[in-house]
Amino acid sequence: MSENAEDKELSIPAQADGAEPGATEGAASSVTGGETAGATLTKDAAPGEILLKVTGLQKHFPIRKGLLQRQTGAVRAVDGIDFEVRAGETLGVVGESGCGKSTMGRLITRLLEPTAGKVEFEGKDITHLGVGGMRPLRRDVQMIFQDPYSSLNPRHTIGTIVGAPFRLQKVTPEGGIKKEVQRLLSVVGLNPEHYNRYPHEFSGGQRQRIGIARALALNPKLVVADEPVSALDVSIQAQVVNLLDDLQQELGLTYVIIAHDLSVVRHVSDRIAVMYLGKIVELADREALYKAPMHPYTKALMSAVPIPDPKRRSAKSERILLRGDVPSPISPPSGCRFHTRCWKATEICRTTEPPLLELKPGQRVACHHPENFEDQAPQDTVLLSAAKDAGELVPDAVLAESAETSEALAAEVAEQTEVAEMSEQAEAAEVGAEAERVEKSDSGDK
Amino acid sequence: MTAPLHDTTAEAAPTAPADPAETGATKVEGRSLKQIAWNRLKQDKVALAGGAFVLFLTLVAVFAPLIVGLLGHPPNQFNQDKLDPLTNLPQGAWGGVSSDFLFGVEPNKGRDVFSRIVYGARISLLVAFLAAVVAVALGTLFGIIAGYFGGWIDALISRTMDVLLSFPQLLFIISLVSVLPDDLLGLTGSGVRIAVLVLVIGFFGWPYVGRIVRGQTLSLREREYVEAARSLGGGRRHILFRELLPNLVAPILVYATLMIPTNILTEAALSFLGAGVRPPTASWGGMLRDALETYEHDPMFMVFPGATIFVTVLAFNLFGDGLRDALDPKGTR
Ligand SMILES: Nc1ncnc2c1ncn2[C@@H]1O[C@H](COP(=O)(O)OP(=O)(O)OP(=O)(O)O)[C@@H](O)[C@H]1O
Ligand code: SF4
Ligand SMILES: [Mg+2]
Repeated sequence: MSENAEDKELSIPAQADGAEPGATEGAASSVTGGETAGATLTKDAAPGEILLKVTGLQKHFPIRKGLLQRQTGAVRAVDGIDFEVRAGETLGVVGESGCGKSTMGRLITRLLEPTAGKVEFEGKDITHLGVGGMRPLRRDVQMIFQDPYSSLNPRHTIGTIVGAPFRLQKVTPEGGIKKEVQRLLSVVGLNPEHYNRYPHEFSGGQRQRIGIARALALNPKLVVADEPVSALDVSIQAQVVNLLDDLQQELGLTYVIIAHDLSVVRHVSDRIAVMYLGKIVELADREALYKAPMHPYTKALMSAVPIPDPKRRSAKSERILLRGDVPSPISPPSGCRFHTRCWKATEICRTTEPPLLELKPGQRVACHHPENFEDQAPQDTVLLSAAKDAGELVPDAVLAESAETSEALAAEVAEQTEVAEMSEQAEAAEVGAEAERVEKSDSGDK
Repeated sequence: MTAPLHDTTAEAAPTAPADPAETGATKVEGRSLKQIAWNRLKQDKVALAGGAFVLFLTLVAVFAPLIVGLLGHPPNQFNQDKLDPLTNLPQGAWGGVSSDFLFGVEPNKGRDVFSRIVYGARISLLVAFLAAVVAVALGTLFGIIAGYFGGWIDALISRTMDVLLSFPQLLFIISLVSVLPDDLLGLTGSGVRIAVLVLVIGFFGWPYVGRIVRGQTLSLREREYVEAARSLGGGRRHILFRELLPNLVAPILVYATLMIPTNILTEAALSFLGAGVRPPTASWGGMLRDALETYEHDPMFMVFPGATIFVTVLAFNLFGDGLRDALDPKGTR
């Protein structure tokens, strides 16, 4: 959609078409691979190959109560997700707070043991490897943490912290640990002389760089970054994101970057997974996701991203407000988990869980009435009453647009326009104009 | 990431040394938290005075034979000539205080009070210090294990600590001491008693340390640096002793300093009740007990050991409180 305006601003036009909207991830990442020519690409996995594969992954945290610690329920933090990460790409994972992003990150780095499902790294099943079995793999999978104030041990010097990977993995780098640590410090833009200082002497952004240096020490293949900049000042966020970006090109890294909104991942991701209450609701190439988000939740998330272009300020009125809070992951809603807040929800949404299907090449969606695509359950033509309430917070233009792909919503909108006889004419005109404008900007982006 | 999506020139190049705004915080060269705490402690005159007294007392205990040789008389020497033959009370005012007998002489026996207090410091400090070491060692080990592993291990250790904390330890020690033989494991005489006192006081002291360490560990184990260590392949031992323990040193140190005066009091109470070191070995509590017989006629014999215990305990507490303030983790964040 129109958000692409911002992308244009930051990108160099000649290269912006590197990833076609419909292009497969493989093609997109091989472009990235090509650009790393001359860099220290030490890794064997060819760009585009599947590095990490996750199937049916679940993590339920038991809730225990009473003296006997009997299990009374479970927090279904991650509840059956499938995706894969290809060598050289960046997968962005977004979703509201509490939807299970960090849990997912900890599962794929095997800091947590999955309740069910399978995690494969380079074709090897690592789902239930113990501490000892994981140790050699720890070199290949590293994590960057969210809170720069808690991710560095305050009693250790920077030298000890960045040198820890070598000591724990019993690796002696060429020229000794100290020299290597100093090299890493300068790679992430810190003064190597600060080797003997303690974390409390550094600012948040500097600490995050230290965390990055530690994650890179063993030359990993996959780096999982859990909200790497959300604790930082906005002015420093861009620097750290750019550092990650530069390092990816230099070292041929593969990233999974977790964020709670799209503003951070939108520029750096090749593909984006949108999570809601422990599920992936949409997984698509970045371009496809921005041009035509299919899941109503994705659309709502995207409307929440501030639009910096002053010419597009009017877009503010297109913000989709979601009704109420995220439901509890202890007893998630039946059927589609988003049905309690979705303005398109019908009976089928309440009863049947929509599967994650590849509706367009490179775009997987779990929705009965997707946006920008043909209705998957056109027979269901009555909106839930919750959906009508939710619709009141959704701008009319969005509703009208949504109605094009949902029979139920179309019927509802039609009914409403009939009732409001007075403004019928005006509203129709407005909707028409709006739709036209959206169409224009869509085609303008191609 | 697709390469062209950012403009490096617009934002600070990440390879340049950290921007000036960020370097401001790092002007002081490599100040560790230890140095910061020390600088803060130096400002606290009351704590320093307490610390100085503790240091002084430690030196007195260590060099007791030397000091007594210079300024007093052997602690078990009966100076009957200093007593009134009729009442057996010390001759002269203030319990016989003189330039020769700095703190006077003991009623009935005529022993040098100063020498006995100096030698008593050895027993008091030794027992209190070693018992604190035992308590800290046990408490740290069990507390860190309970806090880190949680689950049934934590339940087991926590219940054990609850039981020990509600145990009538004084009664237990008194009965234990009265049934133990005088010779044990090659130790004889007061050696046995000292060992028993250390072990028993230490054993009943560890749950206090254990509770504090467990609580701290519970909050520390959620820190991301623990996850980071795990994500690098660090084992349990590394996490417990390399990552967590260094962060527990401050509270443990503070608690140990505050535990020593409690142990001094416990040891004095036990000696007072006759369950401490055996006479004639000098101890502060034992002196108080001896003073009980004659305090109406010779109160000074009670004042000197009593005041010594009081000042010592106060000094340790003042120092411990100052140490806590200096190491306060909130202040260093
Ligand atoms: N160790 C745990 N024990 C019990 N519940 C947990 C545990 N860790 C996470 N949860 C629960 O699982 C759910 C998902 O948590 P998670 O941290 O993965 O969310 P998140 O998407 O990372 O959120 P945020 O954006 O706030 O970081 C939350 O409801 C949380 O309370
Ligand atoms: S339309 Fe139905 S299936 Fe789709 S997101 Fe809304 S509630 Fe879920
Ligand atoms: Mg999180």
